[in-house]
Amino acid sequence: MGSEPLLSVRNVSKKFGGVLALSGVSLDVFTGDIVGIIGPNGSGKTTLVNAITGFIQADTGAVHFKGKDITNWKPHKIAALGLTRTFQVMRPYFSLPAYKNLIVPLFSPRARKTGGWRGGGKMGSRDTVAVDILEEIGFERDSYVPFKMASSLPTGYLKRLELARCLALRPEIIICDEVFSGLSMSEMASMVPLIEKLQMEGITLIMVEHRLRELFRLAGRVVVLNFGCKIAEGTSEEVMEYPEVKEAYFGSEEVYDYV
Amino acid sequence: MSGSKGDRRKERIDRGIKVRSDSVYAISSWKEITYLIAPRLVLILGLALAPLLLSAAPYWQRVVSIICVYSLLAIGFDFLANYVGLVSLGGGFYVGVGAYAAALLNTYFGLPPIITIPMATLLGAIICTVLFLPCLPLRGVYFAIVSLMYPLLAARIIEALDIFGGTDGILGVDGFSNVWLEQYFLILCVLVMVFALRRLVEEDIGLVFRGVKDNDQAVKASGININEFKALGVFIASALGCLGGACLTHMYMWAGLSQFALDFSIIPIAATVVGGGGTLVGPVLGCMILVPVSELLRDFGSLRIAVYSIVLTAFIVFKSEGIMTYAARKYEQFERWVEI
Repeated sequence: MGSEPLLSVRNVSKKFGGVLALSGVSLDVFTGDIVGIIGPNGSGKTTLVNAITGFIQADTGAVHFKGKDITNWKPHKIAALGLTRTFQVMRPYFSLPAYKNLIVPLFSPRARKTGGWRGGGKMGSRDTVAVDILEEIGFERDSYVPFKMASSLPTGYLKRLELARCLALRPEIIICDEVFSGLSMSEMASMVPLIEKLQMEGITLIMVEHRLRELFRLAGRVVVLNFGCKIAEGTSEEVMEYPEVKEAYFGSEEVYDYV
Repeated sequence: MSGSKGDRRKERIDRGIKVRSDSVYAISSWKEITYLIAPRLVLILGLALAPLLLSAAPYWQRVVSIICVYSLLAIGFDFLANYVGLVSLGGGFYVGVGAYAAALLNTYFGLPPIITIPMATLLGAIICTVLFLPCLPLRGVYFAIVSLMYPLLAARIIEALDIFGGTDGILGVDGFSNVWLEQYFLILCVLVMVFALRRLVEEDIGLVFRGVKDNDQAVKASGININEFKALGVFIASALGCLGGACLTHMYMWAGLSQFALDFSIIPIAATVVGGGGTLVGPVLGCMILVPVSELLRDFGSLRIAVYSIVLTAFIVFKSEGIMTYAARKYEQFERWVEI
């Protein structure tokens, strides 16, 4: 390793009442990585994402991003630094057309400072930039999908819209909270190259995921959570060998395979 | 899916002229220009002619001014509720602060109305926004409850501490130099505010406001401080209320506790429901209906409230979309029955 991690999470714990949602989770993410976070339902994946991005306050522990201590910063400040996230439950701005949804991030201080997506110098009309981003992420401009109301878009496009919202900020890290869930097989198949493209563009990705097949194709390193603890970390093959992981996560699947 | 003969459904289709002219600025024919301008012209001419037509009845002329004051409040309420997502019952507070600010500036510093009104608007809006800052993280009904506290609290404080004239209020405020000036100034304010806000919500900054209403988490995740935008929204809405309050003071030549009355919080909401929320013009329309109705019912005393409630309930049950939304749909679309 040697080099400084882009994002480092140290011993983060969070209690909800008497439930220990996270207990002492640590995680390092380096520039250009795709890190997967997996675990059974209720294992603390989304809580970890919320704690990193400031949507909840961690009880103990520290989060450093680009060498800065961002522990318990406000969400908008963390996003302004270039650490963005998608939401598991997609709630776009339903009253607006898809491309108008991107005006909000493009209006943020960070986007205005960096001069729009890909730093196209002086940002022209935000509408143009928004449609360009949507086209990049798979909205067919010719079929007018970018101009449809967000409330009428299918799940696959809403997931892309979530990613596009992050991209509009020209982030350094995108934390994807279950981008594959709820997608059809073909939608998933087209999402994988999209994620690979983002990585090629130099964006570091953290993917919280239930779809292991797709995740293992993408992620170089996988972290397994169970009951709020990190029980394994390594490449996809390595974590599969952990007995705790098998028990917590794959046990049921293996049984299912034998049946 | 019964395919039996005679099954019909209603189909709504945009008029061709709307499809071509909606948000397209290069307009080709007089017909299309007229189509776009006609509704705006009706509103402008209607408001502009009202004082002239009513010049024989000074009582009803005053009602036009009161309609305008309520309209300013209602536009502010509609903007805050349907574009920023804050349901504010603090209308009475905005009016009261604006009214007292104008009265104090006028009586203590001897400034004429032409200076006190803009100053009271700005100063009052700043005061309201600063006082509302602690409540901005609240959402939905919680914000509504807390905002209802402000007018009640302000009136009690003035009463208990006997400041600003206590229960007597501030007397001897200058009036408008003539009644026409008062009316046309208010009408101009309402028209400018309606069109300005309708423009604002379509601009990029307006989309951020709407984003805050639809999904504040996503706005936070987009690197935007939502409290700044909520504060800006409250500033705009309270500026409208303070403007109304300042005008009211100079109309009545008096500022008093009744300007913190809950009427100023409640009637704008009723007007927004009747006129159509989210249209910004609708609330003005609602005020044009509700304020004269409540004047006509003045003779019935407290029965007025009953009639008022029935009208409101009927609207919520039968035409919850409001007059303006309904009218706009009829204007922009035609309906036809098709066989299925």
